[in-house]
Amino acid sequence: MSKDLSATPEIPKEDGRPKWDNKFQYILSCIGFAVGLGNVWRFPYLCQIHGGGAFLIPYFIALFFEGIPLLHLELALGQCLRKGSIGAWNTVSPYLGGVGVGSWVVSILVSLYYNTVLTWVMWYLINSFQEPLPWSVCPLNANRTGFNKECYESTAVNYFWYRKTLNITPDIAENGTLQWWLILCLATCWAIVYLCTIRGIETTGKAIYVTAIFPYLVLTIFLIQGLTLPGATDGLAYLFTPNLNTLKNPRVWLDAATQIFFSLSLAFGGLIAFSSYNLPKNDCEKDAVTVAIVNSMTSLYASIPVFSVLGFKATTAYWDCLDRNIMSIINEFDLPEESIMRQNYTSWISFLNSSHPEKIAGLKLKSCDLQEFLDQSVSGTGLAFIVFTQAIILMPGSQAWAILFFIMLFSLGLSSMFGNIEGVFTPLLELQIVSKSTPKELLSGIICLISFLIALCFTLGSGSYWIDIFDRYAGSVPLLVIAFFEVIGVVYVYKIKRFSKDVKWMTGRKLNLYWQITWRFISPLLLLIVFMAFVALQMLRPPSYAAWNPKYEGFPMKEEKVYPPWVQAICVLLAALPCTCIPLVALFHLIKQKRRSKDTSLVSAEVFSCQGANSNFPHPKE
Amino acid sequence: MASEHGLGKELDTRAGGSHPCGGAGWGSARARTSRSLPAPLIATAAAPSGTPRPARLGRARRPRCPETDAQNAFKVRISIKTALGDNAYAWDANEEYLFKAMVAFAMRRYSSKSTTQISNVLLCNVTDRVSFWFVVTDSSKNVTTVPGSVVEAAIRMNRNRINSAFLLSDKTLQFLKITSTLSPPVEPSTPVWLIVFGVVLCLIVAGIVFLIVSGIQKHKKKNKESTERENLEEKVEVTVTLENGLPCEVLDLKAGHINGVFPADDERFTSL
Repeated sequence: MSKDLSATPEIPKEDGRPKWDNKFQYILSCIGFAVGLGNVWRFPYLCQIHGGGAFLIPYFIALFFEGIPLLHLELALGQCLRKGSIGAWNTVSPYLGGVGVGSWVVSILVSLYYNTVLTWVMWYLINSFQEPLPWSVCPLNANRTGFNKECYESTAVNYFWYRKTLNITPDIAENGTLQWWLILCLATCWAIVYLCTIRGIETTGKAIYVTAIFPYLVLTIFLIQGLTLPGATDGLAYLFTPNLNTLKNPRVWLDAATQIFFSLSLAFGGLIAFSSYNLPKNDCEKDAVTVAIVNSMTSLYASIPVFSVLGFKATTAYWDCLDRNIMSIINEFDLPEESIMRQNYTSWISFLNSSHPEKIAGLKLKSCDLQEFLDQSVSGTGLAFIVFTQAIILMPGSQAWAILFFIMLFSLGLSSMFGNIEGVFTPLLELQIVSKSTPKELLSGIICLISFLIALCFTLGSGSYWIDIFDRYAGSVPLLVIAFFEVIGVVYVYKIKRFSKDVKWMTGRKLNLYWQITWRFISPLLLLIVFMAFVALQMLRPPSYAAWNPKYEGFPMKEEKVYPPWVQAICVLLAALPCTCIPLVALFHLIKQKRRSKDTSLVSAEVFSCQGANSNFPHPKE
Repeated sequence: MASEHGLGKELDTRAGGSHPCGGAGWGSARARTSRSLPAPLIATAAAPSGTPRPARLGRARRPRCPETDAQNAFKVRISIKTALGDNAYAWDANEEYLFKAMVAFAMRRYSSKSTTQISNVLLCNVTDRVSFWFVVTDSSKNVTTVPGSVVEAAIRMNRNRINSAFLLSDKTLQFLKITSTLSPPVEPSTPVWLIVFGVVLCLIVAGIVFLIVSGIQKHKKKNKESTERENLEEKVEVTVTLENGLPCEVLDLKAGHINGVFPADDERFTSL
């Protein structure tokens, strides 16, 4: 009988909100969202150019002071308010609703170009089923007397990427034509995204088991294979040898901070959407720490096979260079075959230089230096589509490796796309624009269809230049601004005391000092510094791009060109659009309040509380 | 005894291929050593690790090529070890005989007159690299050499046969002035990627259709269930008891009987 007197039960009201099948699905979705293409092709590059193992120091410091606190903040916010980004920020304060709208706009912009990168991956994937791989041989020219000129002057992999895949134009102002093969692949990619997100997290939750776990399997396979390749140890030693002098360069610290920030996919609204489908009494603190650490560990884990393969490629290129020199010498001096081997090459060269210097000079031998080959560092699409594909040709069984590699990249990108699409989808479901009776399938179909149509611009000849612009401007500065306002909004508008209470209600533990200090002071300060440094660096660098122009006299080097003014205007627009949502929405609300009478509730932050959202009494705003 | 100067001269003249063979007056081969090189050593196939000991840098063996007819002579370079690895055979006089026979065969096939004999093909300046020069003479026309263009055409026509006689390829049996025609790459009738793409697309479309149809069916079922439940609730509502105008479920029926301020009665008494 006494049991009847217990206080109102803490079982949350069944509000019909979809939820995760189990905790593991939720964690896996967050990890899949965070772990993306950047872990494979940006982190190893940064490690390499910023002093190898020494880069880990600023990286982990940034993780500790910036990554984990911001991640915890977003997850806690979404879990507490149980709404997508727009609804959540509207709830915190109508004046901060712009933060949610900004996140939503960024998610849209990023989804558009991110899926086009996946299109390229898919194109390479379906071309990997051929024997020989199409990027391993140059096609013949028109009258079959030699190889195609563009291919011959650069390399077969470059030719396949720039000509056969992108069909790139020499200038961003030249649009070129729509590439039908890319359109087909783009349609397929959007169809796959639609298939997986058709009912929101019901379907992504199932798909994530495959797309989040499969890349780890492939990375392990590549790790084992990569370590057995000749030259792998050179690559790894080169990657991990710490060079502490680089830490004096502030650029390194900036890169570490931005890498952590973008790698965890903060400020997209996707994480808020994911955690909003959680049960309210969920330990978001542990989740945040788990996701952040798994993300960083994955970056480290991925750099090992990447660098083994790069070391293998550098060693093979070095051996090729030596072999070519040896062949020239043998042919020139009519020495018996195999009289000069790689091992005694240097002693032979010194001997011949002393005895017949003019002949050696006449041969114009290239100097072969392993360090030089290792120093050729690439990141981004260049790493995956040019450098790695070249390395794959050299491995035995290249079709299998190519297929595995591109499926892995596709899964990595797809799981990040789920987060992006959720960041777009969830707020739309909650806005009053969409009526309750429209099925989710229709809404997700409309989103995918509209995105596909807009993304057709990226399949033009100049498409990859535009993707670089989107990546550089839409996917960077606005996120920093939004994250800054997120922290300030929660800590100073919603008030950290209230938020601490909410988090304590959710996790069952009091917020410890680490969270208090980082949320209140360190993270906002760090974000401000990073933002200013980042903008300053972008302004210092002239807005130029590297164009692939076969008619350039320095071909196959890329031609540095400056963006024309109208393109620069678009860049500024892309960066400013999500950021201006914040003041615009605040202004809009201010005007709305001024119009209404003064006694209506100004900001519901005082009234609203996390526990209140999850108990039986209705939310005052609804 | 050849001087260093002589050795250098010999190497210089062979470089660039301007003049096939060394200066006049070297009727017989002599053992050559150079003052700058280490004391006579036998050239070995692979130099011992570390110091190179090329006692004879590409010394040419007999016979020497004649001075004239540079444009009708062709240099051949053979890389047996590269092609065959462990199964490499040594290049000796028998192989040279076979080569002469193949060239004569090529000439016969090309010009369809059976006048070229093996003795018409002259090899000279055979080096350890295995490279040498050859000319084809025409015994019917006063020991003149056959024009280079004819020889080139003959070799081109029969390149395959010559290569296979030596188990070599275009790259390992090089005629330095004769370029090989490139074979066209194999192109399948339908591009393979279209097939793969078609398969993938069909699977995806099937998945989407399945999910949409199942969604519609679930929706319909839910609608049917909810209308059924509504009908049921309407019936039930009639029998709901009312007390003071409020349905009973809302009321906490025990509220009036036990005072929640005091601890529950059970606790005042020690349990049995």
